[in-house]
Amino acid sequence: EYDWFARLAYSHKLTQGDIEALLNAAVSFTPLASRCYSHGKVETEEEFDSRWVTYFSKPDIDAWELRKGMNTLIGYDLVPEPKILDSALRACRRLNDLASAIRILEAVKDKAGPHKEIYPYVIQELKPTLTELGISTPEELGIDKL
Amino acid sequence: MLRLTSSRLGSLLAGRPTAALTFSIKGRAASQQSHEVSEALDMSRPMYYDRVDMPLPDKPYKDVLSEAEQKLKQKEKGPWSQLTNEEKVALYRLKFCQSYSEMKAPSAEWKTVLGGVLFFLGFTGLVVWWQRIYVYPPRPRTLEDDWKAMQLQRMLDMRINPVEGLSAKWDYDKGQWK
Repeated sequence: EYDWFARLAYSHKLTQGDIEALLNAAVSFTPLASRCYSHGKVETEEEFDSRWVTYFSKPDIDAWELRKGMNTLIGYDLVPEPKILDSALRACRRLNDLASAIRILEAVKDKAGPHKEIYPYVIQELKPTLTELGISTPEELGIDKL
Repeated sequence: MLRLTSSRLGSLLAGRPTAALTFSIKGRAASQQSHEVSEALDMSRPMYYDRVDMPLPDKPYKDVLSEAEQKLKQKEKGPWSQLTNEEKVALYRLKFCQSYSEMKAPSAEWKTVLGGVLFFLGFTGLVVWWQRIYVYPPRPRTLEDDWKAMQLQRMLDMRINPVEGLSAKWDYDKGQWK
Protein backbone atom coordinates (compact mmCIF):
# COMPACT_ATOMS: atom_id res chain seq x y z
CA GLU A 1 0.00 0.00 0.00
CA TYR A 2 2.82 2.37 0.84
CA ASP A 3 5.02 0.84 -1.81
CA TRP A 4 5.33 4.09 -3.74
CA PHE A 5 6.31 5.88 -0.57
CA ALA A 6 8.89 3.28 0.37
CA ARG A 7 10.45 3.45 -3.08
CA LEU A 8 10.49 7.24 -2.95
CA ALA A 9 12.01 7.22 0.53
CA TYR A 10 14.66 4.65 -0.27
CA SER A 11 15.60 6.51 -3.38
CA HIS A 12 16.47 9.40 -1.06
CA LYS A 13 18.60 7.02 0.99
CA LEU A 14 16.34 7.16 4.11
CA THR A 15 16.72 4.28 6.55
CA GLN A 16 13.86 2.31 8.12
CA GLY A 17 14.28 4.28 11.34
CA ASP A 18 14.10 7.61 9.52
CA ILE A 19 10.85 6.61 7.89
CA GLU A 20 9.31 5.57 11.22
CA ALA A 21 10.34 8.87 12.78
CA LEU A 22 8.81 10.83 9.91
CA LEU A 23 5.53 8.94 10.17
CA ASN A 24 5.39 9.47 13.94
CA ALA A 25 6.02 13.19 13.59
CA ALA A 26 3.28 13.45 10.98
CA VAL A 27 0.58 12.06 13.25
CA SER A 28 1.65 13.96 16.37
CA PHE A 29 1.02 17.41 14.97
CA THR A 30 -1.82 18.09 17.44
CA PRO A 31 -1.17 21.11 19.68
CA LEU A 32 -0.41 20.36 23.34
CA ALA A 33 -3.36 22.12 24.98
CA SER A 34 -6.13 20.68 22.81
CA ARG A 35 -8.47 17.90 23.90
CA CYS A 36 -11.11 15.97 22.08
CA TYR A 37 -14.03 18.07 23.32
CA SER A 38 -16.81 18.71 20.88
CA HIS A 39 -17.02 22.33 21.97
CA GLY A 40 -15.47 24.83 24.33
CA LYS A 41 -11.93 25.74 25.26
CA VAL A 42 -9.99 24.08 28.06
CA GLU A 43 -8.48 26.31 30.73
CA THR A 44 -4.76 25.79 31.19
CA GLU A 45 -3.31 25.19 34.64
CA GLU A 46 -1.74 28.64 34.62
CA GLU A 47 -5.08 30.25 33.85
CA PHE A 48 -6.74 28.26 36.63
CA ASP A 49 -4.05 29.25 39.13
CA SER A 50 -4.09 32.94 38.26
CA ARG A 51 -7.88 33.02 38.39
CA TRP A 52 -7.80 31.76 41.96
CA VAL A 53 -4.91 33.99 42.98
CA THR A 54 -6.90 36.96 41.70
CA TYR A 55 -9.98 35.77 43.59
CA PHE A 56 -8.22 35.73 46.93
CA SER A 57 -6.26 38.89 46.19
CA LYS A 58 -9.35 41.07 46.28
CA PRO A 59 -8.37 43.81 48.76
CA ASP A 60 -11.78 44.04 50.42
CA ILE A 61 -12.59 40.34 50.29
CA ASP A 62 -15.18 39.45 52.91
CA ALA A 63 -15.41 36.46 55.19
CA TRP A 64 -18.13 34.79 53.13
CA GLU A 65 -16.06 35.04 49.95
CA LEU A 66 -13.07 33.54 51.72
CA ARG A 67 -15.15 30.62 53.00
CA LYS A 68 -16.86 30.10 49.67
CA GLY A 69 -13.58 30.26 47.80
CA MET A 70 -11.79 27.83 50.08
CA ASN A 71 -14.65 25.35 50.26
CA THR A 72 -14.95 25.38 46.46
CA LEU A 73 -11.21 25.07 45.95
CA ILE A 74 -10.97 22.14 48.33
CA GLY A 75 -13.83 20.50 46.47
CA TYR A 76 -11.70 20.21 43.31
CA ASP A 77 -9.69 17.09 42.59
CA LEU A 78 -6.32 18.75 43.08
CA VAL A 79 -4.01 20.22 45.70
CA PRO A 80 -3.92 24.00 45.23
CA GLU A 81 -0.64 25.54 44.15
CA PRO A 82 1.32 27.36 46.85
CA LYS A 83 0.71 30.67 45.11
CA ILE A 84 -3.05 30.26 45.47
CA LEU A 85 -2.66 29.33 49.13
CA ASP A 86 -0.38 32.31 49.66
CA SER A 87 -3.09 34.55 48.30
CA ALA A 88 -5.69 32.87 50.54
CA LEU A 89 -3.52 33.21 53.64
CA ARG A 90 -3.05 36.88 52.96
CA ALA A 91 -6.81 37.19 52.63
CA CYS A 92 -7.09 35.60 56.10
CA ARG A 93 -4.68 38.25 57.35
CA ARG A 94 -6.81 41.05 55.93
CA LEU A 95 -9.80 39.49 57.68
CA ASN A 96 -7.87 39.09 60.95
CA ASP A 97 -8.64 35.37 60.91
CA LEU A 98 -5.71 33.27 62.09
CA ALA A 99 -7.84 30.20 62.82
CA SER A 100 -8.95 29.93 59.19
CA ALA A 101 -5.36 30.25 58.03
CA ILE A 102 -4.37 27.25 60.13
CA ARG A 103 -7.47 25.39 58.94
CA ILE A 104 -6.44 26.00 55.32
CA LEU A 105 -3.07 24.36 55.97
CA GLU A 106 -4.81 21.36 57.55
CA ALA A 107 -7.11 21.09 54.55
CA VAL A 108 -4.15 21.11 52.15
CA LYS A 109 -2.49 18.29 54.03
CA ASP A 110 -5.73 16.33 53.89
CA LYS A 111 -6.14 16.96 50.15
CA ALA A 112 -2.73 15.46 49.45
CA GLY A 113 -4.07 12.16 50.74
CA PRO A 114 -1.58 9.32 50.45
CA HIS A 115 1.00 11.53 48.68
CA LYS A 116 2.87 12.46 51.79
CA GLU A 117 5.55 14.48 50.02
CA ILE A 118 3.17 17.20 48.82
CA TYR A 119 2.38 18.90 52.13
CA PRO A 120 6.00 19.40 53.23
CA TYR A 121 6.71 20.85 49.79
CA VAL A 122 3.82 23.28 50.10
CA ILE A 123 4.89 24.34 53.59
CA GLN A 124 8.43 24.84 52.33
CA GLU A 125 7.17 27.07 49.53
CA LEU A 126 4.94 29.00 51.92
CA LYS A 127 7.57 29.37 54.65
CA PRO A 128 8.42 33.03 53.83
CA THR A 129 4.73 33.95 53.92
CA LEU A 130 4.11 32.00 57.10
CA THR A 131 6.96 33.75 58.90
CA GLU A 132 5.98 37.14 57.49
CA LEU A 133 2.38 36.84 58.65
CA GLY A 134 3.18 34.95 61.84
CA ILE A 135 1.07 31.90 60.93
CA SER A 136 2.07 28.75 62.80
CA THR A 137 1.60 25.41 61.09
CA PRO A 138 -0.72 22.86 62.71
CA GLU A 139 2.36 20.79 63.51
CA GLU A 140 3.98 23.68 65.42
CA LEU A 141 0.81 24.07 67.48
CA GLY A 142 0.34 20.35 68.08
CA ILE A 143 -3.07 20.39 66.42
CA ASP A 144 -2.05 17.64 64.02
CA LYS A 145 -1.98 15.16 66.89
CA LEU A 146 -5.02 13.97 68.79
CA MET B 1 -39.10 28.01 61.63
CA LEU B 2 -37.64 24.56 61.59
CA ARG B 3 -36.66 23.18 64.94
CA LEU B 4 -34.96 19.95 65.81
CA THR B 5 -35.00 18.75 69.39
CA SER B 6 -31.76 17.32 70.68
CA SER B 7 -33.34 13.88 71.20
CA ARG B 8 -34.13 13.59 67.51
CA LEU B 9 -30.68 14.94 66.75
CA GLY B 10 -29.19 12.22 68.89
CA SER B 11 -30.94 9.48 66.93
CA LEU B 12 -29.90 11.15 63.67
CA LEU B 13 -26.26 11.07 64.72
CA ALA B 14 -26.53 7.49 65.95
CA GLY B 15 -26.88 6.34 62.35
CA ARG B 16 -23.62 5.43 60.62
CA PRO B 17 -22.51 8.07 58.10
CA THR B 18 -19.50 7.22 55.93
CA ALA B 19 -16.15 8.00 57.45
CA ALA B 20 -15.04 10.57 54.88
CA LEU B 21 -18.11 12.75 55.19
CA THR B 22 -18.98 12.33 58.83
CA PHE B 23 -19.92 15.66 60.27
CA SER B 24 -21.49 16.69 63.52
CA ILE B 25 -24.14 19.36 63.53
CA LYS B 26 -23.99 22.03 66.15
CA GLY B 27 -26.21 25.08 66.12
CA ARG B 28 -27.47 27.71 68.44
CA ALA B 29 -30.38 27.01 70.76
CA ALA B 30 -33.55 28.97 70.07
CA SER B 31 -33.02 31.96 72.28
CA GLN B 32 -36.61 32.86 73.13
CA GLN B 33 -39.64 30.70 73.05
CA SER B 34 -38.49 27.21 74.18
CA HIS B 35 -40.94 25.83 76.69
CA GLU B 36 -39.32 22.44 76.22
CA VAL B 37 -36.73 21.18 78.63
CA SER B 38 -34.37 20.08 75.81
CA GLU B 39 -32.48 22.58 73.60
CA ALA B 40 -34.00 23.24 70.18
CA LEU B 41 -31.71 23.55 67.18
CA ASP B 42 -32.64 26.31 64.74
CA MET B 43 -31.92 24.80 61.34
CA SER B 44 -33.03 27.91 59.47
CA ARG B 45 -29.84 29.72 60.54
CA PRO B 46 -26.27 29.03 59.33
CA MET B 47 -24.95 25.96 61.13
CA TYR B 48 -21.52 24.84 62.19
CA TYR B 49 -20.11 21.62 60.79
CA ASP B 50 -16.83 19.72 60.88
CA ARG B 51 -16.16 18.35 57.40
CA VAL B 52 -12.86 17.42 55.79
CA ASP B 53 -14.21 18.44 52.37
CA MET B 54 -15.47 21.85 53.54
CA PRO B 55 -12.84 23.39 55.77
CA LEU B 56 -14.52 26.71 56.61
CA PRO B 57 -18.03 26.32 58.05
CA ASP B 58 -20.80 28.91 57.80
CA LYS B 59 -20.30 30.17 61.29
CA PRO B 60 -17.65 29.96 64.01
CA TYR B 61 -17.98 27.21 66.56
CA LYS B 62 -18.18 29.62 69.49
CA ASP B 63 -19.79 32.95 68.79
CA VAL B 64 -20.69 33.89 72.33
CA LEU B 65 -17.35 35.00 73.71
CA SER B 66 -16.29 35.72 77.25
CA GLU B 67 -14.37 38.86 78.15
CA ALA B 68 -11.01 37.17 77.89
CA GLU B 69 -11.96 35.64 74.56
CA GLN B 70 -13.05 38.99 73.18
CA LYS B 71 -9.74 40.50 74.26
CA LEU B 72 -7.98 37.71 72.41
CA LYS B 73 -9.98 38.46 69.28
CA GLN B 74 -8.85 42.07 69.56
CA LYS B 75 -5.25 40.92 69.83
CA GLU B 76 -5.82 38.85 66.70
CA LYS B 77 -6.23 42.10 64.76
CA GLY B 78 -2.59 42.92 65.40
CA PRO B 79 0.53 41.07 64.25
CA TRP B 80 0.08 37.35 64.70
CA SER B 81 3.71 36.86 65.58
CA GLN B 82 2.87 38.51 68.91
CA LEU B 83 0.47 35.70 69.81
CA THR B 84 1.74 32.82 71.87
CA ASN B 85 1.15 29.27 70.70
CA GLU B 86 -1.50 28.80 73.39
CA GLU B 87 -3.33 31.90 72.18
CA LYS B 88 -3.20 30.65 68.61
CA VAL B 89 -4.64 27.29 69.65
CA ALA B 90 -7.31 29.11 71.68
CA LEU B 91 -8.26 31.17 68.60
CA TYR B 92 -8.44 27.97 66.55
CA ARG B 93 -10.67 26.30 69.13
CA LEU B 94 -12.97 29.33 69.24
CA LYS B 95 -13.59 29.02 65.53
CA PHE B 96 -13.50 25.24 65.11
CA CYS B 97 -14.68 22.34 67.21
CA GLN B 98 -12.58 19.46 65.90
CA SER B 99 -9.23 19.59 64.17
CA TYR B 100 -8.71 17.52 61.05
CA SER B 101 -6.93 14.79 63.02
CA GLU B 102 -9.83 14.61 65.44
CA MET B 103 -12.33 14.51 62.58
CA LYS B 104 -10.48 11.68 60.89
CA ALA B 105 -9.67 9.71 64.05
CA PRO B 106 -10.99 6.17 63.74
CA SER B 107 -13.61 5.07 66.23
CA ALA B 108 -13.96 1.70 67.92
CA GLU B 109 -17.41 1.32 66.41
CA TRP B 110 -16.39 -1.70 64.35
CA LYS B 111 -15.88 -3.68 67.54
CA THR B 112 -19.45 -2.96 68.61
CA VAL B 113 -20.74 -3.87 65.16
CA LEU B 114 -18.78 -7.13 64.99
CA GLY B 115 -19.74 -8.01 68.54
CA GLY B 116 -23.39 -7.36 67.82
CA VAL B 117 -23.33 -9.46 64.66
CA LEU B 118 -21.68 -12.42 66.41
CA PHE B 119 -24.01 -12.09 69.38
CA PHE B 120 -27.12 -12.30 67.23
CA LEU B 121 -25.65 -15.15 65.21
CA GLY B 122 -25.12 -17.00 68.47
CA PHE B 123 -28.61 -16.22 69.62
CA THR B 124 -29.95 -17.55 66.35
CA GLY B 125 -27.97 -20.72 66.92
CA LEU B 126 -29.65 -21.19 70.28
CA VAL B 127 -33.05 -20.65 68.73
CA VAL B 128 -32.35 -23.26 66.07
CA TRP B 129 -31.15 -25.73 68.71
CA TRP B 130 -34.32 -25.23 70.76
CA GLN B 131 -36.38 -25.74 67.61
CA ARG B 132 -34.57 -28.98 66.84
CA ILE B 133 -35.54 -30.28 70.26
CA TYR B 134 -39.09 -28.95 70.65
CA VAL B 135 -40.40 -28.17 67.19
CA TYR B 136 -39.01 -30.65 64.64
CA PRO B 137 -41.22 -33.64 63.85
CA PRO B 138 -39.80 -37.16 64.35
CA ARG B 139 -37.01 -38.20 61.95
CA PRO B 140 -38.38 -39.92 58.80
CA ARG B 141 -37.92 -43.69 58.71
CA THR B 142 -36.57 -43.43 55.20
CA LEU B 143 -33.45 -41.58 56.41
CA GLU B 144 -32.25 -44.42 58.65
CA ASP B 145 -29.11 -46.20 57.50
CA ASP B 146 -30.70 -49.62 57.19
CA TRP B 147 -33.55 -48.26 55.08
CA LYS B 148 -31.09 -46.39 52.85
CA ALA B 149 -29.06 -49.58 52.37
CA MET B 150 -32.15 -51.49 51.30
CA GLN B 151 -33.10 -48.60 49.02
CA LEU B 152 -29.70 -48.59 47.35
CA GLN B 153 -29.81 -52.35 46.87
CA ARG B 154 -33.20 -52.06 45.20
CA MET B 155 -31.95 -49.29 42.91
CA LEU B 156 -29.00 -51.42 41.87
CA ASP B 157 -31.26 -54.39 41.28
CA MET B 158 -33.43 -52.21 39.04
CA ARG B 159 -30.31 -51.04 37.16
CA ILE B 160 -31.02 -47.38 37.78
CA ASN B 161 -28.95 -45.19 35.38
CA PRO B 162 -26.89 -48.13 34.05
CA VAL B 163 -25.05 -46.19 31.33
CA GLU B 164 -23.42 -43.27 33.09
CA GLY B 165 -25.08 -43.00 36.54
CA LEU B 166 -25.53 -45.13 39.63
CA SER B 167 -25.55 -48.69 38.33
CA ALA B 168 -22.75 -47.91 35.87
CA LYS B 169 -20.49 -47.27 38.85
CA TRP B 170 -21.35 -50.58 40.56
CA ASP B 171 -19.35 -53.66 39.70
CA TYR B 172 -21.98 -56.39 39.61
CA ASP B 173 -19.41 -59.19 39.33
CA LYS B 174 -17.41 -58.26 42.36
CA GLY B 175 -20.36 -56.84 44.32
CA GLN B 176 -18.68 -53.52 45.09
CA TRP B 177 -18.22 -50.01 43.73
CA LYS B 178 -15.94 -49.73 40.76
